[in-house]
Amino acid sequence: MKKTFIGQNPSVMWFLLALAVFTLAVTLLSEATGIGIISTSFVKTLGKTLCLCLVAVAMDVVWGYCGILSLGHFAFFGIGGYAIGMWLMYARTESIVLESLVGQPIPPTPQEISDAIGNQIFGVVGSSEFPAIWAFADSLVLQLLMIVLVPGLLALIFGWLAFRSRVTGVYLSILTQAMTLALALYLFQNDSGLRGNNGLSGLQNIPGFENTSQAWVSVIFFWASALALAAGYLFFAWVVSGKMGSVVKGIRDNEARVRFLGYHVESYKLFIFTITAIVAAIAGALYYPQAGIINPGEITPIASIYLAVWVAIGGRGRLYGAVIGAAFVSLLSSWFTGGGAPDIPLGFYTIQWTDWWLVLLGVSFVAVTLFFPKGIGGLFDYLVRKPS
Amino acid sequence: MTFKTTAFALTALFGTTAMAAAECADPIKVGVLHSLSGTMAISETTLKDTMELLVETQNAAGGLLGCEIEAVVVDPASDWPLFAEKARELLTVNEVDVIFGSWTSVSRKSALPVLEELNGLMFYPVQYEGEESSKNVFYTGAAPNQQAIPATDYFLEELGVEKFALLGTDYVYPRTTNNILESYLQAEGIAEEDIFVNYTPFGHSDWATIVADVVALGADGKQVGVISTINGDANIGFYKELAAAGISADDIPVVAFSVGEEELSGLDTSNLVGHLAAWNYFQSAESELNDEWVAAWKAKMGEERVTNDPMEAHFIGFNMWVNAVTEAGTTDVDAVRTAMYGQEYPNLTGGTAVMLPNHHLAKPVLIGEITADGQFDIISQTTEVPGDAWTDFLPESAVLTSDWEALGCGMYNTETETCVQLTSNY
Amino acid sequence: MFRRLLLVLVSLCVLALPERAAAETLQDILQTHQAEVAKPGRRSVGVVLDDLVASGLPQALPFLEAWRDREIVQRDIDGLFFRAVDEGLLDLDTGAVLPVTDTSQVRPNGGVRRAIGDALVQFQLSDPNISKRLAAVEAIERSMDASQLAPLRASIDGETDPGLKVVKTRLAGMLAARFADDPAVRIDAIKALSGDLSVDVRATLNQILATTFVLERSADSDANIKDRYFGGTEAYPLAQAKPLLTEAGLFTPPTTASDLRNALTSRIEDGAVAGIPVAKLDTQETRRVAYDRLAAAGTVPPFSEPIETWDWDPSHISVGDYVVLEVYTEADPAITKAARTTLTAIEQKVAMSQAVDLGLDALSLASIYFLAAIGLAITFGVMGVINMAHGEFIMMGAYTGYVVQLFVPDYTLSILVALPLAFAITFGAGVAMERLVIRWLYHRPLETLLATFGISIALQQLAKNIFGTQARPLTSPAWLDGALVFNDVIAISYIRIAIFVLALLFLAVILFVLKRTRLGLEVRAVTQNPGMAASMGINPDRINMLTFGLGSGIAGIAGVAIGLYAKVTSEMGADYIVQSFMTVVVGGVGNVWGTLAGASLIGFLQKGIEWFNPSNTLAAQTYMILFIILFIQFRPKGIVALKGRAAAD
Repeated sequence: MKKTFIGQNPSVMWFLLALAVFTLAVTLLSEATGIGIISTSFVKTLGKTLCLCLVAVAMDVVWGYCGILSLGHFAFFGIGGYAIGMWLMYARTESIVLESLVGQPIPPTPQEISDAIGNQIFGVVGSSEFPAIWAFADSLVLQLLMIVLVPGLLALIFGWLAFRSRVTGVYLSILTQAMTLALALYLFQNDSGLRGNNGLSGLQNIPGFENTSQAWVSVIFFWASALALAAGYLFFAWVVSGKMGSVVKGIRDNEARVRFLGYHVESYKLFIFTITAIVAAIAGALYYPQAGIINPGEITPIASIYLAVWVAIGGRGRLYGAVIGAAFVSLLSSWFTGGGAPDIPLGFYTIQWTDWWLVLLGVSFVAVTLFFPKGIGGLFDYLVRKPS
Repeated sequence: MTFKTTAFALTALFGTTAMAAAECADPIKVGVLHSLSGTMAISETTLKDTMELLVETQNAAGGLLGCEIEAVVVDPASDWPLFAEKARELLTVNEVDVIFGSWTSVSRKSALPVLEELNGLMFYPVQYEGEESSKNVFYTGAAPNQQAIPATDYFLEELGVEKFALLGTDYVYPRTTNNILESYLQAEGIAEEDIFVNYTPFGHSDWATIVADVVALGADGKQVGVISTINGDANIGFYKELAAAGISADDIPVVAFSVGEEELSGLDTSNLVGHLAAWNYFQSAESELNDEWVAAWKAKMGEERVTNDPMEAHFIGFNMWVNAVTEAGTTDVDAVRTAMYGQEYPNLTGGTAVMLPNHHLAKPVLIGEITADGQFDIISQTTEVPGDAWTDFLPESAVLTSDWEALGCGMYNTETETCVQLTSNY
Repeated sequence: MFRRLLLVLVSLCVLALPERAAAETLQDILQTHQAEVAKPGRRSVGVVLDDLVASGLPQALPFLEAWRDREIVQRDIDGLFFRAVDEGLLDLDTGAVLPVTDTSQVRPNGGVRRAIGDALVQFQLSDPNISKRLAAVEAIERSMDASQLAPLRASIDGETDPGLKVVKTRLAGMLAARFADDPAVRIDAIKALSGDLSVDVRATLNQILATTFVLERSADSDANIKDRYFGGTEAYPLAQAKPLLTEAGLFTPPTTASDLRNALTSRIEDGAVAGIPVAKLDTQETRRVAYDRLAAAGTVPPFSEPIETWDWDPSHISVGDYVVLEVYTEADPAITKAARTTLTAIEQKVAMSQAVDLGLDALSLASIYFLAAIGLAITFGVMGVINMAHGEFIMMGAYTGYVVQLFVPDYTLSILVALPLAFAITFGAGVAMERLVIRWLYHRPLETLLATFGISIALQQLAKNIFGTQARPLTSPAWLDGALVFNDVIAISYIRIAIFVLALLFLAVILFVLKRTRLGLEVRAVTQNPGMAASMGINPDRINMLTFGLGSGIAGIAGVAIGLYAKVTSEMGADYIVQSFMTVVVGGVGNVWGTLAGASLIGFLQKGIEWFNPSNTLAAQTYMILFIILFIQFRPKGIVALKGRAAAD
């Protein structure tokens, strides 16, 4: 009898179950329900962490399964954030502007409204004209489409160019890194039309939810993030489990052989690269309304490298490994830098974790690469196999 | 009134007794939201230390409202979204009564929505581009009319500069400041083609071409001057290249808005003598209050450390807040805010800073020439200039005004006589 | 000049009648202008200077010098001025030394110091002290004035210093070109300026060629005309014409959208404007209709179109009758013609020189990229190992230079110590890293990338913890200050030349090591086939270790060099890492020449793009990276691609 997809992949079921329990527990304990054991800011942190887990899963598919070490997937994450951010800023500013223009003796012209919005959004960066890329910002639907289309197209073109000319291995890594650097440098310019270094801010104020407290907004986004993670996890589990998964893993292990077997390797790579880019963008679109601000600093190459670090620490080639890695490292990081970890007095010197956390991270990262190439996820193998 | 009394004696007047601190169950919490890691740590760590010194001094003088003051330090790590997250954490989890923090405009804009949502209170100590007045922020640094405009006037009046090179790092402060200066200069009769504008990335190090371009500006016989809004590390390469090209302050004077004592400590200043900076404070200011402040700072941090303008902004801001809390008898944000208006405190440079209803300070503007020992020789000091939230030199903001006391609005359109918005535009 | 000074002195003695002397001490003059002397301003100081010069007091001269040099103090109790010397306060008139009391320093600002310098010029041009003569000449250079020509000319013959004589002659030529009385002399002076590329010569010529715009009814005029502009032509100088037309009453400023709105707002009657209901005024078109109706009724001025949209005829025919003339302020056409010719020739040379200068800048940038990348080229290219911590080795080298300067105050010596020490330290660090980490990952290149990244963030934070976040000074020795000047446009700082030389040196050393030494042979053998090399008796472990050490050591030296010209911070390495990788990849992996080609390409490209778009350096970097991405598409193996077996992945 053919087993169901879930039956074949018990880890998927366990993961979804754990996620559901976690989501319910956080919701119940949040400030929104009045219990308030988990503060709103921590709900936001957890919601953001779920988004990071989702992009880590995508990264795991492209690297752990397909063997493409992309150091540019955070660029797609950022593009997703920018796309939703444009609508959030536009819609919020529009309602402010319309409200302030209500008392005018004569009704405003469309041009005046647009000027006023432009002035509000771009006034802080010293201009007031709407750049062409904001053409769709007034429509939520179009802007949602942008979240998928822009990174999808970018990944498609970039991937097509790169895979076509057989750029592989570390060359591809450096090329993707150059891509994200170019994008970040472009966005850093004021002339990019996306407010330069300042980026888009105030994204936590969701138009239409003005009267909803941030406690509830945070829970709603937490749920949305959890749903997206569950859907993304299921989707990728399905992608990597079937015949396609086998081909993809084959490409990772020996690209030439797969090619000789008659598979069009480039198409598979391009598909994986593009679909993970889109998922990364969706994760970004959910992340930045919770973070409240997006700017080019978010997509500098270092961010994408951290993404690879999470996946490596969590364990490549297993989806739950990516989730564990992203959640573990990013939460630990905010615990250490947030002053949560106690200082260690050595008598002659006091170790303050705000100063030493990055050193610890760097060293432990080297250690994981050297001694636990399977990452934290590898521990599960150890636990599962032990009884036998 | 003379300000011969020390800062410490002054603050002691407002505290009750040192013993009273023990009667208080919960300490009054002061949040410190400055990056201790990442790119901005370079500037912001100093301000964290400043806050700790101020809190220590205040506690030694008897605390506040009979309570001990506790500084809650968090590290937003130069990561702008973290400023929003940490601000929320400070206000809801740590339940601080006031926050002192931020350096870059983007970090302030990141924290603003949270401050306004939760009705927090923040003191922002750095010179900035203006065009903002939030109900929940007091701006103790300079607005453009308290730094950029007076410095430009000095160029026009005293140095007779006829052609301007506006060099800046590509981000919001230089962009907006240069926009304001461009329209100001044009209003002062400088032709558009006599204004050269250039933006470079953060940490830029290859300055040879740009310096050559600036020198070439003098080809039509006009006196050239450089107004620099170059930020942070990039200044080092810029000044080194200026020195290498043999450009003295007599040939092409450079006035910088982001170069203070801290930044000069990374440079050999012997070749830069005579170039200028404009601030509201220099360590070399001659007043007893300043002497004591510098001494206290060096005693805490070491002899080689210097003081700078944002530190003075925190010094004034913190002491004003202490006085406002004492006056209001509570740390409640609304009560303190009301008590802040008209609050006076002596500047370290002499004279008195006054908190205006637009949440900006009235402060004197100083222009200093760099000396060989990395300090500034103060050659010009104005009387107190009231900070203007909305510049008069850009058409869109010329009609705007901010008055939280009388109008209850930070963005009031005087033409249509309406309040554009109560929250700020972030 | 001496004669003149003598004359002044003699006349002083004659005039020094006792009762006048009492009223005319220097202090008296200063006290009449007390406020201006204590807090001088550029515009107000002229009166004081005129009085001082006119007084003819011999002590005025040293006072002016002392004033300029900030040696003058004002006594707090009575406001009298003194010169501060080591022993105390020097009375300005008597020269007596008074005990030190509370005083405040008088600080003339840059503009005032320049004005003082100008006033001193006539006294200093023939001063026996050469530095004072030099100061006078510099003062003239900064602000040329007709009155300086005669004294400057007079001082040339008596000038003893040959160098200064040349400068004076040149300066006199420039002054003559502008201010001489005889047109023939001026034209000769102007012609003599040709070939001189300096900014002040160009400034002189440009000032002779200064123009103004005037509005005339006819194109004929007696003035020295540069150009004529007729209404409606493409070249019509709108910006200059607008104020002229406005003044002549031919042009009213355009009615803006907000003018329109304000006009309508103030004329609302019963919920309508000119019969149009207010609710309908929500488009620009209806507002215009309403405005035109108001204008027709005469309540508002007629709508004025912006000049840019004028069709010139027939509606604005009256303006079409006028012509805008660009007129030289210099009335003599012969002079302007000579100046024009000379300036054009100079500008051509300047343009060529600028191209050369840009080339030098690009070369310098390329050498910096090369220096930063060459260590990486060895480890990445030769060994196939990606070292993300390469930038941190650069940083370690720079900090080594800083620490050495703390202990060795002599800058030349400290650099000589720092260079080998930086090599030693980073060599050691490289070897340690190879032994501890990289050796285990030779067959997993992607993981080397990640592991070395871990080391990179740890090292960066470690540097922050040790040295703090503030940039640290790394000062170059005095003989590297300044710039090598080819002409007035082409110049390059010595420090950049030093980096260029260092880069060449490295190229030679590395080529020598790889091609001519036993070690190099073994390195190449291990690169091509480790197994075979091992069976030939080469120890691949040792070779890998040494190669890695070498690459890291070179990064350390590069760090010292980069620190000297830019900055030393914990993040400086990160600034160069991506650039370095791209240099190596673009150039072609595994080849030193390739790295050189890559660095040159990137350096020249970046400067080229900057030249096209000078006001935005950031855009130049973005476009450069895009170009590199595209370039790699077409030449995936870089400019200098390896062929044959060594090229296999």
